[in-house]
Amino acid sequence: MNAVVTARSVSKRYKNTAALDDVSFQIEAGRIVGLIGPNGAGKTTALKAILGLTDFQGELSVLGLDPRKQRDQLMEQVCFIADVAVLPRWLKVREAVDFVANVHPRFDRAKCEAFLARTKLQPEQRVKQMSKGMIVQLHLALVMAIDAKLLVLDEPTLGLDILYRKQFYHTLLEDYFDENKTIIVTTHQVEEVEHILTDLMFIRDGKIVLDADMEAIGERFIEVMVGAERAAEARSLKPLDERQVFGKSIFLFDGVNRTTLDALGEVRRPSVSDLFVATMKGTYA
Amino acid sequence: MKTFYWLVKREFWEHRGGFLWAPIIVGVIFLLLNLMAVIAAEVAGIDHGIRFNVGTDNNAIDVMVNNMQSGHLSQVGAGLDIAMYSASGLMAVVMGFIVLFYCLGTLYDERRDRSILFWKSLPVSDTATVLSKVIAATVLAPAIVFIVGAITGLLMLLLYAIVLSFHGVSVWQLLVMGHPFQVIANLLGSIPLYLLWALPTVGWLMLCSAWARNKPFLWAVLLPVGTGVILGWFSLMGSIGLSSKWYWSHIFSRMLLSVFPGGWFGALVGQPGEHVDPETASSALTYLNLSNSYSVLATANLWIGVAAGVAMIAGAIWFRRWRDDS
Repeated sequence: MNAVVTARSVSKRYKNTAALDDVSFQIEAGRIVGLIGPNGAGKTTALKAILGLTDFQGELSVLGLDPRKQRDQLMEQVCFIADVAVLPRWLKVREAVDFVANVHPRFDRAKCEAFLARTKLQPEQRVKQMSKGMIVQLHLALVMAIDAKLLVLDEPTLGLDILYRKQFYHTLLEDYFDENKTIIVTTHQVEEVEHILTDLMFIRDGKIVLDADMEAIGERFIEVMVGAERAAEARSLKPLDERQVFGKSIFLFDGVNRTTLDALGEVRRPSVSDLFVATMKGTYA
Repeated sequence: MKTFYWLVKREFWEHRGGFLWAPIIVGVIFLLLNLMAVIAAEVAGIDHGIRFNVGTDNNAIDVMVNNMQSGHLSQVGAGLDIAMYSASGLMAVVMGFIVLFYCLGTLYDERRDRSILFWKSLPVSDTATVLSKVIAATVLAPAIVFIVGAITGLLMLLLYAIVLSFHGVSVWQLLVMGHPFQVIANLLGSIPLYLLWALPTVGWLMLCSAWARNKPFLWAVLLPVGTGVILGWFSLMGSIGLSSKWYWSHIFSRMLLSVFPGGWFGALVGQPGEHVDPETASSALTYLNLSNSYSVLATANLWIGVAAGVAMIAGAIWFRRWRDDS
């Protein structure tokens, strides 16, 4: 067993609403897991539970440690970037590097400085003088220089322009990720992460509604473009979703035999965002 | 230990303005005011024909100094020491306010701007973090103030010495009358006492800072003030025996005002250890010296405050660990 995170019936209630409702899942080492869900579905609560930032009911083990009781040990192995704006505004680049270098036993200063050299950041620059994109570059340089086993990203690219967003994920994949590391990422910008994910988890109203690796998803979910004449036939197979494009209907099927669908029309792999929209239908209604 | 050093350093980086620049600015203003006073005195002296000049006249300063008895000389020395204290005293008042607002903000602001999520992403315990803030408030802040205060005091002595040397009084003769190093030792030596004395206020403010969802200032101030007012009202009605005066001096002041250095002298009033008559300058100095300050260690007031402070700091640590609102 090589599980990085194991959750068994984890629940968390805020006053009247259940942010996490009896959730169980397991994350293996060397994976990049996308935790995707609508606003208020419980994504951030799940991450906070993993990071030991909040109390909860149930059993949760991260790298073999209990995040509630062994948080200080755990944080040597776990890094996280909780959205863009959490670096304190008064902090200078030089101070940030000095501080992390001296309190984090697994921080590699040379590595961090090499990353910073690739940006426009200056040692004496303060966070308040930086754009959002630059703040993320600094945060990423700090985090990537830490030899951690688990990296948790909560909306890491929120509010960034597309250049920074692409660069963020590119750097992460090229210079950081390897088979000993695990990344959990939540985001709304599904299109940008779907190519790097190995696993997908959909969360809705505090429940995990889909938990599968990308290959399994490719086999399970199939999209077919069907002409009007065979639409009724397709509908009889109980599609998850149907939409119209250029007079044709696009159906999304879950677990229907591929050869059956091949006969109906042009078959393709659905994008994660289409899958997401189909799964989350009616969430805000 | 290394982590703790960097945590305190981090506090210094963040609060350089309050911890370092505020005392320096106060010091510069203090020196400027002294300089202005000296110039005004010189001008007034010329205008009114008062002679500060060297001469055989009995009123000339050098003659006055030379004619002084040793008893008088020690009075002059004590006066110089008091003048040195006054620079640090002024800064200490400013520091009291800075420490008060520092403690009130430190655990609240990081939640409000969500930077707590960054600090918590590092393998540093909440206990170490909160304690580093306590040390920044109670050791780092007064250490800087007293060092800057001592330098300011010395510069002021130098200023007067130079001015008087124009009137023929020897610089060194004047300086050796004071005991600047004793003054500095006294100031620095009182830091451990300040730590103990300030603990209940620091603890209360940091507890509010860690706990309040918003407006920690209102909670920290209104709760004790409100309690005092209600107590006062009841005692006015004569319904309870407790005097509200006792509350204000023993609870309220220890909860909010003990961040002002020297507050312990108030606690010494009426204590058996109080044997000094602060009438004359030199006995005022004896009053300020360490053995008198530290006699407050014999009072229950101090130790009850320490215990309450430790408990409230423990509460602040708990809230920093579990408060989940950022």
